[in-house]
Amino acid sequence: MAPHEIRRPFKRRPISDQQKRRELSLLRQSQHRSDAQQRARNLASSVISLQSSSPDVDPEILFEAAVPELDEGTESESSSFDVRQASRLRGPEARKWFARQLMLPEWMIDVPDNLSRDWYVLARPAGKRCFVVSSDGTTVSRVRNGSILHHFPSALPGGARKKGASGPANSYSILDCIFHESDQTYYVIDMVCWRGYSLYECTAEFRFFWLQSKLAETGACDPPSFYHKFRFSAVPFYNCDQTGLHSAYTGSLPYVKDGLLFYNKHAHYHTGNTPLVLIWKDESCSQYVIDTDNNGEVPNQQHIVLELQEEGKLVTSDDPPVPFSCLNADFVKQSGLLSGSLIRFAIGDGGLNCVDGRFEKADLQYIGVSNRARAFADSYSKIMFQYMARHSPLKVEDLASTISHENQQDKTPEVEMSD
Amino acid sequence: MAMEITQFLSAAQSADARIRTEAEGSLRQFQEQNLPQFLLSLSFELASDDKPSESRRLAGILLKNSLDAKDSATKDHLVKQWFAIEVALKSQIKEQLLRTLGSSTLEARHTSAQVIAKVASIEIPQKQWPELVGSLLNNMTQQGSPAHLKQSTLETLGYVCEEISHHDLVQDEVNSVLTAVVQGMNQSENTAEVRLAATKALLNALDFSQTNFENEMERTYIMKMVCETACSKEAEIRQAAFECLVSIASTYYEVLEQYMQTLFELTSNAVKGDEESVALQAIEFWSSICDEEIDRQEYDSPDSGDSSPPHSCFIEKALPHLVQMLLETLQKQQEDQDHDDDVWNISMAGGTCLGLVARTVGDGVVPLVMPFVERNISSPEWRSREAATYAFGSILEGPTIDKLAPMVGAGLEFLLTATKDGNNHVRDTTAWTLSRIFEFLHSPESGFSVISPENLPRIVGVLLESIKDVPNVAEKVCGAIYNLAQGYEDSGASSSILSPYLTEIITHLLAAAERTDGAESKLRGAAYETLNEVVRCSNLSEASSIIAHLLPAIMKKLAETMDLPIISTDDREKQAELQASLCGVLQVIIQKLSGSDDTRPIIMQNADDIMRLFLRVFGCHSSSVHEEAMLAIGALAYTTGAEFVKYMPELFRYLQMGLQNFEEYQVCSITVGVIGDICRALDEQILPFCDQIMGLLIQNLQSDALHRSVKPPIFSCFGDIALAIDAHFERYVAPAIQIMQGAAQVCAQMDTLDEELMDYANQLRRSIFEAYSGILQGFKDTKAELMVPYAQHLLQFVEVVSKDSLRDESVTKAAVAAMGDLADVVGENPKQLFRNFTFCGEFLNECLQSEDEDLKVTARWTQGMIARLMISS
Repeated sequence: MAPHEIRRPFKRRPISDQQKRRELSLLRQSQHRSDAQQRARNLASSVISLQSSSPDVDPEILFEAAVPELDEGTESESSSFDVRQASRLRGPEARKWFARQLMLPEWMIDVPDNLSRDWYVLARPAGKRCFVVSSDGTTVSRVRNGSILHHFPSALPGGARKKGASGPANSYSILDCIFHESDQTYYVIDMVCWRGYSLYECTAEFRFFWLQSKLAETGACDPPSFYHKFRFSAVPFYNCDQTGLHSAYTGSLPYVKDGLLFYNKHAHYHTGNTPLVLIWKDESCSQYVIDTDNNGEVPNQQHIVLELQEEGKLVTSDDPPVPFSCLNADFVKQSGLLSGSLIRFAIGDGGLNCVDGRFEKADLQYIGVSNRARAFADSYSKIMFQYMARHSPLKVEDLASTISHENQQDKTPEVEMSD
Repeated sequence: MAMEITQFLSAAQSADARIRTEAEGSLRQFQEQNLPQFLLSLSFELASDDKPSESRRLAGILLKNSLDAKDSATKDHLVKQWFAIEVALKSQIKEQLLRTLGSSTLEARHTSAQVIAKVASIEIPQKQWPELVGSLLNNMTQQGSPAHLKQSTLETLGYVCEEISHHDLVQDEVNSVLTAVVQGMNQSENTAEVRLAATKALLNALDFSQTNFENEMERTYIMKMVCETACSKEAEIRQAAFECLVSIASTYYEVLEQYMQTLFELTSNAVKGDEESVALQAIEFWSSICDEEIDRQEYDSPDSGDSSPPHSCFIEKALPHLVQMLLETLQKQQEDQDHDDDVWNISMAGGTCLGLVARTVGDGVVPLVMPFVERNISSPEWRSREAATYAFGSILEGPTIDKLAPMVGAGLEFLLTATKDGNNHVRDTTAWTLSRIFEFLHSPESGFSVISPENLPRIVGVLLESIKDVPNVAEKVCGAIYNLAQGYEDSGASSSILSPYLTEIITHLLAAAERTDGAESKLRGAAYETLNEVVRCSNLSEASSIIAHLLPAIMKKLAETMDLPIISTDDREKQAELQASLCGVLQVIIQKLSGSDDTRPIIMQNADDIMRLFLRVFGCHSSSVHEEAMLAIGALAYTTGAEFVKYMPELFRYLQMGLQNFEEYQVCSITVGVIGDICRALDEQILPFCDQIMGLLIQNLQSDALHRSVKPPIFSCFGDIALAIDAHFERYVAPAIQIMQGAAQVCAQMDTLDEELMDYANQLRRSIFEAYSGILQGFKDTKAELMVPYAQHLLQFVEVVSKDSLRDESVTKAAVAAMGDLADVVGENPKQLFRNFTFCGEFLNECLQSEDEDLKVTARWTQGMIARLMISS
């Protein structure tokens, strides 16, 4: 009969380090396995396009319950699926990917219709625009060129490796933010994904509502603590009527303003440049109305950057690009400029000529190849806004008077807009 | 007819090697040529009182070895051999064995009892020895049975109970056995030898007594006999009786209430005044009660919703007296207890039990223990100081942080100073207590830590001073540093306040690992394990250059192990152990530095040298593959990616060896995992090695000799290989899926009541689905049609799994994914199949409603794939 062992572990830890290493290895292997299989599947899901074919659904299909849901949900789910994958990207791949994900406002060169009814206005905080992704127990912020600004724990869902944190460990969220240096706060201007739920295909109206109601719930707006390194704060937004515009423009806010942002209420989150979000600035709500040069001084002449295309064509970064001018073929040959180069010009005394609000021609003076840090040419709206700011700026009074004009029209009964 | 083999048995034990070898050869020859006769002759030899005791002893050993083996494959073989022997001949052997129980030689009786139990373990489950219990009981009841026959009979009953399951006996038999055993314990009727044998037999029979313990009268009778026996005048019998009580404490916890008062008195008398061997069992009784109650408390988590087994709060009810009793044991330390790992004395048992009590009742223990701590901690007597410190350290797990924080805060400085105490034991226990404090009260993650930026410098200073103390103390200090570092594990991207001390901590840990005075203690192992944790938990951006410097230092140490003088197997083992520690550190460094784009190049630059070292480690050990080196290689493959291919020609034979190492199945399992890593690193470049790998993997799956835990990883590995080599998997698909189907079948037939088996079934199912997924995705666009014949089976398997309520989430996820892969890859053909399997829609809907985000995403993807298939025309 075996002697009955009653010796218990004494002053010992119960798990050996080797066992721990084994378990960690197994965990790593199973994660990589599922990543590898998931990658294989993801290629498939990017090909899948159900929206076009779903109306032809065979009525005998077993998945009746499933199909209508797909009809509504697939598009947004698949894009959020991509985001989730992307949040696992590392290094240059990640930078490239994130660089393309922000919604970029056009500059306001004329006042859109129905400002007071269809638009929100908010005061843009001065600082670094960035994408904040919280996932798998950590939070990462990336600035516009995709490089990492901070990597930190936060109270956002899945934003810190904290037991008992709200929501499933694998849920993730993506916020569009501006990091404001002086109070070390992330001001949230838009919400792209929340707890794994994609808001890409939601209207700004819904996104803003969701942002205001959900952000505070998490404790992300609390002061910083060990597991919440930076405070988040939702930027207040207003209906763009007289009062709203006035509040955004003159209201006192905890942050330094850098212009006003206008969001069309019905617009989805659209990556890249969009005319449904607009930025406008003047001297009293921004320190940076007119572009400065590398030394921080305002040059005498307006500088613009254009992209050189085949046959010497010079275009803006818009999609589709707006042709601005043409370089002499001999000049291109001589200077050895390649198509795709970004080239800096000054606008000469001839200025920009517009006919019926559309650009006609410009007096451009060649300066040289733009510095390497730049990824894109200037957009058309930016060039125009800068030009106007130097010559005949769009003033806050112009905005206000457009609104009051609309209000008078609104007094006549109208038909409710349906989607 | 039995043969006379005495002379061979005696000669086989001769001092003369030549004679010995010759005799052994003759015996082996006999055994091989005529096993039945051989066994019969052995049984006669054992039974004959006129034979020399050495030859009888060897006969017994050979008999036992012919019936039982540790290795399960050999055991199976022996059982088959036994079944093949003619029944009449076996009856003769058994008759001789039973006869031996009456022998006048104690040793022969004892051996025979063991052999009978081995035969019983083979025959009773098959109902082939129904008369055994009857004839044993007859020995007990027959008028005039000699005491020595009763003693051996009881011993035999105990062994038989130990060998068989209680399902193998009918209740009547159980009742008779119990009656015989309990009567054997009767003090007035039996000799001490008989009573001891009876009490030991009862210990084994307790598991059989479920029904009897449900009946109050029978139960009370058994308890009364055990309690009486616990007061016998022979210490050995008292000890055996307390062992019974320990077993009853865990097996029959539910019905103990009515005996608790008596049991408390019995045990506390034993703890206070009995011999240590008895007192230890008495303490173990309370430790077992704690184990039961802790289990019940954990089971009773409010969200589990299960009805929990009853909790009688015995510990809480006895708390003041119990704590008092345990505190009194603490000052009975042995002078050298910290130096010898085999020591187990009353103060150690008492302190351990106190720790369990604290875990059972939580806050309630604190006010009962603290006065003792305060009274003794500054005593001039080292025993008192050590006891006070040990008591304090023991209660740190269980009570709430709110309760502990003030006293730990107040006592921390005292403990830091006590690391300089003049007494070794006090310093040992102090360091251990510090490590417990850092384990349970240093968790910045959850918002509380006794460590602040203010006291951290002092703490680190004390620890680094104490790590130079004698080896046993230094080892505990390593534990303290381990827990200290672990607390900062999740500081993630933000800065770690430990970073400024890292260089110094690492230097001291390396110095501790180098010490030569720690040979007998586990200091070196502890130092390296702590080093690993320090590296793992460090903040990479702050520690990268420190870790980058550590890498060549560890590589150098590993290189030096190759030059150690190896004379004995002991030297070889020590070398392997040191290499294991160093490979472990390398693995941790590789994984840490691979965690960021900035530091990964450091590993890439050193990969050739690291790999060369690992291959040299393999080269040092011809008989097996070094487990830790293999584990580290997996990490390296992941880091280097496709470049790893250059190591394959040399590495491959070790991978093959690893896969064939059934004996050390952990090695085999790790090798399988590493092959997965390599597949992901190499992709198609793994192809030249696949024939051999797949051959071995399939062979492994078919073998009964391989530990079952290795089988699920092998299926997952099929998926890894298929995903890496795509269409080239074609040539393996038929045999691979055939085995997968077989295993799926086996899962369906497993006993659902056996929790361990269900765990295994879940692992197996998940891995089979992973294999399907890998193969399907690998064949996509090229050989999808190859999977058409298997679609039906896959869906059937998913259906079976979907209807199993016991499946776990990971299985569900793998099943849903495999289903989506089928729809994605195989295209048109399974369309009709999906229509026929009506469960799919329901199963998907269930998954879509899951709380698990990953599962939902996967299910939605699968839904999309199936819908695409359905609407395509």
